[in-house]
Amino acid sequence: MLMTYVLAAEEEHNPVLPLPSEIALGLVAFGILLFILWKYVVPRFEKLYEERAEKIEGGIEKAEKAQAEAEQARQQFNAQLAEARTEAAKIRDDARLEAERIRDELRAEAEAEAARIVANGEAQLQAQKAQIIAELRSELGRNSVELASRIVGESLEDEARRKGTVDRFIAELDTTGARN
Amino acid sequence: MIAGRENRKEPSLGALVLAQGGDFVPPGVGDFFLPPIVGGVTKPMVLVVLSVVIVAAFFLIASRNLKVVPGKLQYAAESVYDFGRNNIARDQIGSADFRPFVPLILALFTFILVNNLFGIIPLIQFPTFSHIGFPLALSLLVVYPVYHIAGFRRHGFTGYLKNQLFPAGAPKPIYLLLTPIEFFQKFVMNPITLAIRVFAAMFAGHLILLVFTLAGSYLLLEASAVLKPVSLISWAFAILMTFVEALIQVIQAYVFAVLSAGYIGMALAEDH
Repeated sequence: MLMTYVLAAEEEHNPVLPLPSEIALGLVAFGILLFILWKYVVPRFEKLYEERAEKIEGGIEKAEKAQAEAEQARQQFNAQLAEARTEAAKIRDDARLEAERIRDELRAEAEAEAARIVANGEAQLQAQKAQIIAELRSELGRNSVELASRIVGESLEDEARRKGTVDRFIAELDTTGARN
Repeated sequence: MIAGRENRKEPSLGALVLAQGGDFVPPGVGDFFLPPIVGGVTKPMVLVVLSVVIVAAFFLIASRNLKVVPGKLQYAAESVYDFGRNNIARDQIGSADFRPFVPLILALFTFILVNNLFGIIPLIQFPTFSHIGFPLALSLLVVYPVYHIAGFRRHGFTGYLKNQLFPAGAPKPIYLLLTPIEFFQKFVMNPITLAIRVFAAMFAGHLILLVFTLAGSYLLLEASAVLKPVSLISWAFAILMTFVEALIQVIQAYVFAVLSAGYIGMALAEDH
């Protein structure tokens, strides 16, 4: 038993002392791994990370752009709407003015027409009146003379006398007519 | 493992006889230094090369055709990459400077992780980093120069030394004490503790698994009939310890990468 320990101690390597071959191999092996990771693996993953970040940022940017566009469109729409409203108001005002103008014109026209018709009628009436008066006057003269000649029994052939009588009568008639 | 143990005892006829006679030989340092497989090639050497092949193949195949929306393999690779890149490198070094160090931190983490996990993978069952040569190669010849060179490049020679050895904000007499401590820690101890931490954890863990496994088989084969069932308890502990080991192996790989990144971050920082 004791012999084993002695023998073992003789051939055993002190575990705290490194073997040069292992240091060298560890360094080389790690170096190869480090090179592979540094040269191939890490760049690939970093590229992926960048792509991912870009994609997310791109998405956000796109959304922001769309939002801005929508906002712009909204403002444009609002502006157009306001413009249309003012235009409509203007058109309405114009129409009202126009209507008023047309109404005034029509009224004036109608009034003028009415005046004209009234004037016409009056003129016609005057003419008819004059005519009737003239007719009546001549007829009245004849009738009066005839009646008078019948009553008197004498022919008022005397021109001058007849004329004077008739005229006197008419003048009397006129004064009574005017009084009435 | 068993074959190795027998091989180790081959030169000593006395030991072989004793072992056959039924004495329990506890596992020791010898179990970590098995004779070469062929020529000068030993098991840990093969495993280190295998780990490089595994990690490189995993990342190369998974990253062959990366898509913005990942598949299963890409998702797995991306999770590991993301962990090394964001959780270790970026957190420790800072988002301004971490990018050039991502390959180094990722390589450290995955390389150590796979080599540690070899300790519990059936048939392989040997944590490569229980041989101090491997962690020492990484800490002393990779991490140590990287963080000091990064610091010298960033702050200039005297600027970096002043930054590292005379931390701002201490009263003047304190520097008599502080500066030697800072120097000893940053220029001497850091790479050594970095290597020893993972080495010791792997060494001890493997030893514990050996003890429970070998004790179990010894109890089953050599002990008296009453004690034979105890071997089951021993093996149950071996299985339990395997799970604990899995946790420790992952943590040690993480710690190594985090500390490496932390040293780089401290070297680059303006003041700390």
